Amino acid sequence: MVHRRLSSNRSTSTKAFTAGRTSRRDFLKVSAAAGGGFLLSFALPDFSAAAGAGGKTASLNAYVRIAPDNVVTIMSKNPEIGQGIKTMLPMLIAEELDVDWSQVRIEQTLADATIYGRQVAGGSMATPLEWTPMRQVGAAARQMLVAAAARRWKVAISECDTSSGEVQHKASGRTLSYGALAAAAVNLPVPNLSSIKLKDPKDYKIIGHSIPGVDSPKLVKGEPLFGIDTVVPDMLYAVFQKCPVFGGKVVEGNVDAVGKMPGVRRAFVVQGGMDLAGLMPGVAIVADSWWQAEKARQKLQVKWDEGATREQSSDGFARQAAKFSGNVPAVSLRNDGDASVVLKSAARVVEAAYHYPFIAHAALEPMNCTARVQGSRVEIWAPTQNPEPGRQLVAKTLGLDQKNVTIHMTRVGGGFGRRLMNDYMVEAAWIAKVAGAPVKLLWNRVDDMQHDFYRPAGWHFLKGGLDQDGRLIAWQQHFVSFGSDGAFARSANLDADTYPAGRVPNLSYGYSLIPFGIPTGPLRAPGDNALAFVFQSFIDEMAHAAGKDPLQFQIDLLGKDELLPGKGDGFNTGRARGVLQKVSEVSGWGSGSLPPRTGRGVAVYYSHLGYFAEVVEAAVANDGQVKINKVWAVGDIGSQVINPTAAENMTQGAILDGFGEALNQKITIENGRVVQANFDSFSPLLLTQAPPVEVHFLRTDNSPTGLGEPPLPPAIPALCNAIFAATGKRIRTLPIDQALLKV
Amino acid sequence: MNYSLRVNGQAHAVDVDRDTPLLWVLRDVIDLKGTKFGCGAGLCGACTVHLDGAPVRSCVTAISDVGNAAVTTIEGIGNTPIGARVQKAWLEVDVVQCGYCQPGQIMSAVALLAQTKTPTDQDIDSAMNGNICRCATYPRIREAIKRAAKADLGPAATKKGA
Repeated sequence: MVHRRLSSNRSTSTKAFTAGRTSRRDFLKVSAAAGGGFLLSFALPDFSAAAGAGGKTASLNAYVRIAPDNVVTIMSKNPEIGQGIKTMLPMLIAEELDVDWSQVRIEQTLADATIYGRQVAGGSMATPLEWTPMRQVGAAARQMLVAAAARRWKVAISECDTSSGEVQHKASGRTLSYGALAAAAVNLPVPNLSSIKLKDPKDYKIIGHSIPGVDSPKLVKGEPLFGIDTVVPDMLYAVFQKCPVFGGKVVEGNVDAVGKMPGVRRAFVVQGGMDLAGLMPGVAIVADSWWQAEKARQKLQVKWDEGATREQSSDGFARQAAKFSGNVPAVSLRNDGDASVVLKSAARVVEAAYHYPFIAHAALEPMNCTARVQGSRVEIWAPTQNPEPGRQLVAKTLGLDQKNVTIHMTRVGGGFGRRLMNDYMVEAAWIAKVAGAPVKLLWNRVDDMQHDFYRPAGWHFLKGGLDQDGRLIAWQQHFVSFGSDGAFARSANLDADTYPAGRVPNLSYGYSLIPFGIPTGPLRAPGDNALAFVFQSFIDEMAHAAGKDPLQFQIDLLGKDELLPGKGDGFNTGRARGVLQKVSEVSGWGSGSLPPRTGRGVAVYYSHLGYFAEVVEAAVANDGQVKINKVWAVGDIGSQVINPTAAENMTQGAILDGFGEALNQKITIENGRVVQANFDSFSPLLLTQAPPVEVHFLRTDNSPTGLGEPPLPPAIPALCNAIFAATGKRIRTLPIDQALLKV
Repeated sequence: MNYSLRVNGQAHAVDVDRDTPLLWVLRDVIDLKGTKFGCGAGLCGACTVHLDGAPVRSCVTAISDVGNAAVTTIEGIGNTPIGARVQKAWLEVDVVQCGYCQPGQIMSAVALLAQTKTPTDQDIDSAMNGNICRCATYPRIREAIKRAAKADLGPAATKKGA
């Protein structure tokens, strides 16, 4: 069991809980119990206000509120970035509460870790972390309602049952709605964890059934839900111009002239600091409308001190990497057997250099945040994936107490990891403070593309050796990445346990680091989105060199079913084999012939606790243009797919996102700044590039895990391996240069 | 400058600079937030609205170029039979992930269906390729357009993905 503390009992923080709706101030308390597991209780600090009688809505805990008309309001605590969490977490509660989905209304909570614990959209972690606690929340509330009914009827609890939001006493045929019982139930003792019974999965009516996104009816009508849609009374609009060179400082700017432009209220220099993820130097322009602020920016002239990063470029990094490639790695990460010796005597040796570029997140909703500063209090409306570090950053930068920072989590127009950083949040807060008015800060697309935290570029120099029988017996890998003093830059790391470690007897991983000034950060399936391309492409190279079927080669390499050391729970070779075998079956791998210059590739990867194997079929035209015909994907995310419609949608989206990276995306650094500025030079996948994606899930006896990231990593090597099968040309550099595929 | 606009059948008088993009008039003057800002350069389609039924990118359409054209936005498109059908199909297919691009997708889809009653995949390609969906819900966008195109839609059904 996970041993952790989800929330604490602090009545001061309950103000955050749907103020105005109800005076109830009780909330769920989940804390670590001795010996592991959770201790679940409900703190009821204010009974007088809890009466709930006389038509009032009753809160059974921090997540469940029941009105007399039996409308059940469930609070959703995590940021909604399109992953479907606002639907999925309440599904878990509603299932165990035993209500009909049609009774349920959903509200987004504020950001408040003291009540809700972890509120992060990242790492595909919500499912594994919340699967049990959220069901317990619902089940505990249900048990309180049953106890209230039993007490009223003067019958044993064991004689009562529930369904569709009512308690039934079968023997007497009596029923009471939850709405009629809620006010009494809140005064009953909270069940402790050991007495909370969860449903048998065969009885699920909500979990495992497709529930459309709860906000979708509003979204298709254009209702304002996103951060960019925020309106606060007397709000002004801001743009913020930072130095195009990362880390550059303002020397001077024509802020007086810009301040006199039409509609502009103020233009001012922000000194900022040195933390690329914090408040950086720049010029803020605050105006009556965003367009006026943006227009005024066109007249802005700033003299920048560009600093040392201006000497850096993608070309320069590539030259350094090439230089490193001739050396032994500066740092050894892993050494099994003796790869260099075995490579000298191997029957067959393959040598390859792989490279992938920096890439941006390019969420479609540009970075934005609305802030209101009143005295020592700040109120924030932010599309963020990770509000708590934002709260800390705002409090620290503005010199305030963290508890005086209120954060409303708006719907988020795409996260992909970009909004784990809260740089735009602190900018909005600072500008609002200086402007003395509520401010909506909105970046334009150029700001967004040129001030990102990029997926770091990387270079991998590989040698693989086969024995007489075509078995992989040696693997040597020198990773040239970014960082300094032996420490990888953010999201630029390689883990010593990365597969095929543990399955190749002579294997060495080592790395060398290039110091740099470019901000990097997590992009959907961080690390894996790049490493899967390298590892799974090179394994495919070895399979072809061995003259073996690539899918069978992968199964053979996985070997016997066991748990190898690795991220999360470790790498389960049996689960990887399972998805490979299933994808072989559903794709009809190896059966039938394909047209000329059409090929299929396969890849498998373990990422963020999930296992995916994917087969891609691609056709390469004589002019080199790649057309992806179809994808078959098989995932193993445990025993239960909670919301099948969302799971299929997300799996398709993640795979297509991978194709966007493989086909379209490259960020180039010149003179310490990003060259690309908009979607004409850096594009997500387009509709015409998107093939059908057939999705299957393999149910295994493992606790359910997340889905935002795991389907992405294998998509890229499966595509590259398909291109090799179609053309005999090996893709070792991303993005795929289709001109090189022409005949 | 003063401009009179007709948006979703309602008259509005606005006072903005002549180069102000229609997008910002809609969003920040008339307070219709459904039309989205994505790129500011007509490259992503998030800001798509209709002028006299034709799809345009409102982020690069100056208010002074709107003239007397009737403006229809995502907030008003449901009042047309095709618009209502497209919105319904979007929900039945459960297209949305983050949802930010979907107003623009729906506006482009409605314009396509108004011109071409039963679009082929090629028709969908040419009408919709300028609308970026960063979540890549493209397979479902395609499916929803085809569903909306069918005269008899059948009972509501959501996808069973697994």
